[in-house]
Amino acid sequence: MTTADRRKERLDRGIKVRSDGIYALLSWRELGYLVLPRLVLIAGLLLLPLVVPSLYWQRVISNVCLYALLALSFDFLAHYVGLVSLGGALFIGTGAYIAALLNKNLGLPLILTIPMASVSGAAICTLLLLPCLPLRGVYFAIVSLMYPLAMMRIIEALNIFGGTDGIMGIDSFPNHWVEQYFVLIMVLLFLFGLRRLVNLDIGLVFRGVKDNDQAVRASGMSITYYKAVAVFIASAIGCLAGACLTHIYMFSGISLFALDFSILPIAATVIGGGGTLAGPVIGCFILVPISELLREFGTLRIAFYAIILMAFIVFKSEGLMVYGQRKYHQFERWVKI
Amino acid sequence: MEILIYGTINSIALALMALGFALVYGISRIPNFAHGAIYVVAGFITWTFLKVVGLGYFLSALIAILVTGILGALIYRFMLIRVRGMAISEIIASYAIGLAILEGLRWGGFKGMTYTLPVFIAGSVTLGGVPVDIHRLLLIGIGVAVIALLWLFTHYTRIGLALRGMAQDERAALMLGIDSDRMALLATAFGSMLAGLAAIVLLPLGNIVVEAGYNVLILAIAVCIVGGLGSWMGAVLAAFLIGFAQILTVVYLGSHYQMVVALLAIIFTLIMRPSGLFGRQKELEERV
Amino acid sequence: MSESPMLHVEEATKVFGGILALNRVTFDVHQGEILGIIGPNGSGKTTLINCITGFVRMTSGKVFFKGRDITGKPAHKIADLGVTRTFQIMRPYYTLPAYKNLVIPLFSPRAKRTGGWRGGGKLGDRDTVGIDILEEIGFERDSFVPYKLASSLPTGYLKRLELARCLALKPEIILCDEVFSGLSMSEIASMVPLIERLQMDGITLIMIEHRLRELFRVASRVMVLNFGEKLLEGRPEEVMADERVKTAYFGSEEVEEVMTYA
Repeated sequence: MTTADRRKERLDRGIKVRSDGIYALLSWRELGYLVLPRLVLIAGLLLLPLVVPSLYWQRVISNVCLYALLALSFDFLAHYVGLVSLGGALFIGTGAYIAALLNKNLGLPLILTIPMASVSGAAICTLLLLPCLPLRGVYFAIVSLMYPLAMMRIIEALNIFGGTDGIMGIDSFPNHWVEQYFVLIMVLLFLFGLRRLVNLDIGLVFRGVKDNDQAVRASGMSITYYKAVAVFIASAIGCLAGACLTHIYMFSGISLFALDFSILPIAATVIGGGGTLAGPVIGCFILVPISELLREFGTLRIAFYAIILMAFIVFKSEGLMVYGQRKYHQFERWVKI
Repeated sequence: MEILIYGTINSIALALMALGFALVYGISRIPNFAHGAIYVVAGFITWTFLKVVGLGYFLSALIAILVTGILGALIYRFMLIRVRGMAISEIIASYAIGLAILEGLRWGGFKGMTYTLPVFIAGSVTLGGVPVDIHRLLLIGIGVAVIALLWLFTHYTRIGLALRGMAQDERAALMLGIDSDRMALLATAFGSMLAGLAAIVLLPLGNIVVEAGYNVLILAIAVCIVGGLGSWMGAVLAAFLIGFAQILTVVYLGSHYQMVVALLAIIFTLIMRPSGLFGRQKELEERV
Repeated sequence: MSESPMLHVEEATKVFGGILALNRVTFDVHQGEILGIIGPNGSGKTTLINCITGFVRMTSGKVFFKGRDITGKPAHKIADLGVTRTFQIMRPYYTLPAYKNLVIPLFSPRAKRTGGWRGGGKLGDRDTVGIDILEEIGFERDSFVPYKLASSLPTGYLKRLELARCLALKPEIILCDEVFSGLSMSEIASMVPLIERLQMDGITLIMIEHRLRELFRVASRVMVLNFGEKLLEGRPEEVMADERVKTAYFGSEEVEEVMTYA
């Protein structure tokens, strides 16, 4: 094949990127170009538990999914509503404790505790964070950073909910297949759900709040209300992760308010690419297994995430997903002429 | 009387912790979430020079303050300057720096009871029937001196005035030929030095532990929010408010609730008066 | 003119850290008229708008909208009543296309109440309404302009977008903060009929303006502010002739230009 025989199919890719997916109707190949990455992601996630060898690594997959849920909630809040939450642990802890208490004290089955913990936990978190919602700036970050730490102290001090020992002996999922597929499907559900949401009209309002809250106020909408709705959605996702976590490990304790849950989702989001929603999930699939491999280093892991996070945010702030997207759209094929 | 004396001591301690944070935020508008980490680092450096290298106390402290100042400047120069003005990145980057330092130290084995700094002057005196360590009295003296020096510095020196100019209106300051980045660098360095100084003064009262980093960060932030973000005098006053509130809770409720006091103070401030006791920031923001 | 004024501002006073930005400003606006507010820089015009629309809390004074006290209400509640405003520094949602900018105001409770389209829940409905409004305000419907990102639009269109955002709410009164400033002569020329049409549609307007010539053409009454105080109020010709206005604007070319024009 000489160069004369080849031509780079160059022009129409640019048009495709900008034409909002409508070109997919042109041909099967175009359709494939559009849905292939999504299919790969979905199929890959669903097949993952089947190909992973040991029970240990299957448990890691569940972990990845829980972190992915948290990362989704962080990404949604930070890049679509403009609220930087440094306290993912608050969502996890609240969800976990509620699920644990419902299960242990009221004897409710798992199928009830998880949704109940998600909704009521979200309500509690929203209420807790409400004072800083009318304000712009760093207040939300600060307050959300403080809550998990304060929660730890309060539970310790009052010796409620099992005090420092935590609550043990919570029902587990029927078997590990249910467990894994439940969390995996939740991740996919919320990933595509949130992607859809941010392009709906109410999603545009959220983005408006982030872009320019004064104009939203001038349009006769209460920013506090819309922020609260967004926080509710995000914390529901986080609490869901917490509730699943407590059922997976059959335990709920103050370690759930630990820093890991706050920092890893942030690191995953930054690495994966903030604002893409799929990026944070991918970031979790990179970071969590690495962190499992580094388990023996103890708290150095947190330092390790923090350094990765720092490097990415300072030097490569677009993240892998945005980079990948760009490269995918620039992808050129040699075609015969 | 006991409450009065220990309340004052606690308040001055809080003010020392918070001043650095307030300074950095007031001037560069960067919430320095690495503040607590710098505080702990200062403690360890002093300890290292005092116990391992064997320098004198004063010299070690001086070195520690200088090193933290340089550390602050480096953090600003190589990290924060690149994300300045991007609210999300600022918060995450400085938080990540703080975490990396703190958790790195924890992994390095700096935990437990072994790391303590001796008090400056041992012994105690009795004030109005309450025994007080001389070190705590020194703390009050140093605290007041720092606040006074800071006031003098910002009101009577060129750099101090430039810093105040930046704090009030960055654009106007830029137009007057004040180099915003250099001033922010200086502010971060000064803020870190203040954190270092606070560490050296306060740490002899307890152990050098990594957790102190988180506590100091949170207390500093609480004080700054109650006082109004970016207002130094507000921070000092708020330190007294929270300081006495904490001592009262310790006396009547128990020491577990100290952190809760800080959180409640923040929440109440945000509900009642979001700009803090002395904050003008909100008003200015609204002026379009 | 009806008996109860559309908007009644009583002794509006605002102090910014010891500086008197507004000093007991009292005025009325009646249904369907255009009130121009002029004054030198820093005379408190924008502050007045901020105070009326609730973006800044007044130190003292009262604002009545259709006889109803709206003093101290939050900004979104006031906008919900139909008192809308534009911003001097344009505030579009930069990351969204122009027509999507209007989806946000169209989502507001007021637009849902007053909006003339069915349901409003279905995806795409608000987009259509948004493009309709943009066409009304001077975006060429069939061109690519309404579909461009707000960040790439020129000033003229951004000013129109600001007005469109108000129109999306079906407002009773629009407080325009310098819609003409920063525009070229031709852009202004196309803007003036737009303002006149808004008036014909029965919308009351308060216009802060530095472009006096165009303002005096459309305004039914003009109020002059100086150092936060109301200097005088009257028909454009009276204001132009007043000696005090000349001193307030002393040296300003614009006034001389207007005087010679008049």
